[in-house]
Amino acid sequence: MWPMNPLRYDLQIIASWITPGARVLELGCGEGDLLRWLKQNRQVLERGIEIKETKVVKCIEKGISVLQGDINTEIMDYPDNAFDFAICSQTLQQVYDPVFLIQSMLRVAGRCVVSFPNFGHYRIRSQLMFSGCAPVSRELPHEWYDTPNIRVLSLRDFENFARQAGFKLLKKAAINTKNHQMEGKIVTFLPNLFATYGIFLIGHP
Amino acid sequence: MSEYVGHDQNGASVGLVEKQFFTFAGPKNPFSLESGASINPVTIAYETCGTLNQDKSNAVFVLHALSGDSHVAGYYKTDDAKPGWWDIMVGPGKGIDTDKYFVICSNILGSCMGSTGPASVNPATKREYGTDFPMITIGDMVRAQKALVDHLGIKRLLAVVGGSVGGMQVLEWCVRYPDMVAAAVPLASTCRHSALAIAFNEVARQSIMADPNWCSGHYYGRTKPGMGLAIARMIGHITYLSDESMRMKFGRRLQNKSALSFGFGAEFQVESYLQYQGNKFIERFDANSFLFITKAADYFDLAREHGKGSLVKAFSKCSARFLVVSYTSDWLYPTYQSREMVTAMKKNNLDVSFCEIKAQWGHDAFLLPNEKLDHLMKGFLNRVAHESTPI
Repeated sequence: MWPMNPLRYDLQIIASWITPGARVLELGCGEGDLLRWLKQNRQVLERGIEIKETKVVKCIEKGISVLQGDINTEIMDYPDNAFDFAICSQTLQQVYDPVFLIQSMLRVAGRCVVSFPNFGHYRIRSQLMFSGCAPVSRELPHEWYDTPNIRVLSLRDFENFARQAGFKLLKKAAINTKNHQMEGKIVTFLPNLFATYGIFLIGHP
Repeated sequence: MSEYVGHDQNGASVGLVEKQFFTFAGPKNPFSLESGASINPVTIAYETCGTLNQDKSNAVFVLHALSGDSHVAGYYKTDDAKPGWWDIMVGPGKGIDTDKYFVICSNILGSCMGSTGPASVNPATKREYGTDFPMITIGDMVRAQKALVDHLGIKRLLAVVGGSVGGMQVLEWCVRYPDMVAAAVPLASTCRHSALAIAFNEVARQSIMADPNWCSGHYYGRTKPGMGLAIARMIGHITYLSDESMRMKFGRRLQNKSALSFGFGAEFQVESYLQYQGNKFIERFDANSFLFITKAADYFDLAREHGKGSLVKAFSKCSARFLVVSYTSDWLYPTYQSREMVTAMKKNNLDVSFCEIKAQWGHDAFLLPNEKLDHLMKGFLNRVAHESTPI
């Protein structure tokens, strides 16, 4: 009934970190592409939280277990260690209290994955440098007045933050994507300058 | 719930259906009720559509609300003016697909549409029970439904589905018979009535009991308390709508006139609508049934009954997968009440999906055509049919 679309490149990286049969909670799961892929290909036990009604309908229609609500409050009801993985993909930059959210994710799951667009990318730096205007990019396509992205952070910012907050970074991937994020590659040379996204696997300290 | 029976746009229908009856409990083994009283015999009117599969694993029990009946879909006769009350949802290729599922719907205990209720004859006195009918609970209704499911030889229901008071029965099923329910869909429902809901029910009951024809409930064979029941229904209808839906549906428009007549006749369209609904209702419904069922709904408190006051504890017995649905404009069972059950389910690590559908039609929205609800129902039932482990 629903054709399985190929996964976005960043979601492919995340999927590769998830162990088969794991219990997975995704915060801000959109239309459920990642959860559906994991369910069919990694046999995970899936749960999603999504705030937008139309997207929730799409998820449930596809056979994904999803509930409508705000990720910051919905995560609080789950018992400790109810999941093996909690995933928050490309949403961290929109969260008011990221420390609390990551702590909550680590409470309900042994490991958590977060990803976000890298504000340290050279094109963003050069836009600010040469045009003097707030950067607008493929990854951060909004103007300053209509952006949902209330936090701007670079890969280095996040690593510093994780160290200060006492989060243990188990894995990281700096990636550069193209073709509507469907394709991409891992960036190893000066990642904070050349990566468009950062993905981190976090564990208990 | 209102009567929003509509014909299917595409003409899909389960076709002809037949009302059947199952009678159980006798003088030696009466059906004992939660109140401590007991009755016998008990008759449950029910209808089925679709085909029960070989291993009897595809049964979906639809639980109707306050004034509904067993006639969930299809027609009794080819020239019936209207199909069953949820014909838009139940049928071939529909949200609850009768090509895949065997759908059961029974009239609740205490009602007047074929099942035992206050209008039935009490074998002890050879006259109608009236208010001698014992007080029944949502739990009693579900226990009678369970007897029917046993009678049909079904060990486990694939799903129990119901809106409003039907949703209460859904929750009761999951908590009372956790091994018999693979999945559950409470729509526009609640784990217990708010003071607001009880208040409206009480005004409705008072209007029946204040009708001089009510005669303490022993009016059978005489003039019925029609005015009291009609007013009760009018009150109900107000709670099923919403400010927005009433503005859209009626506004301040006048009925068949262009100027005010400065009298007490029904002038506004909303007045005429309520009077029409009230009068239509007294033709088919028994006033005592209305009293008993609304009281059962007011008494319903899942936490008190099954969790010593804790909703989390009440759901700890459950193993069903849930799809909970609420509607933005429902002020009778507002979304916060659905969220309350979702929270308790999450705390028990239950598999729960939840969606608050944007709809302007108030509590009644669950009975109206809604593509989103069709999609939710279809996707959810399809998943549980594939994932639920065999018995």
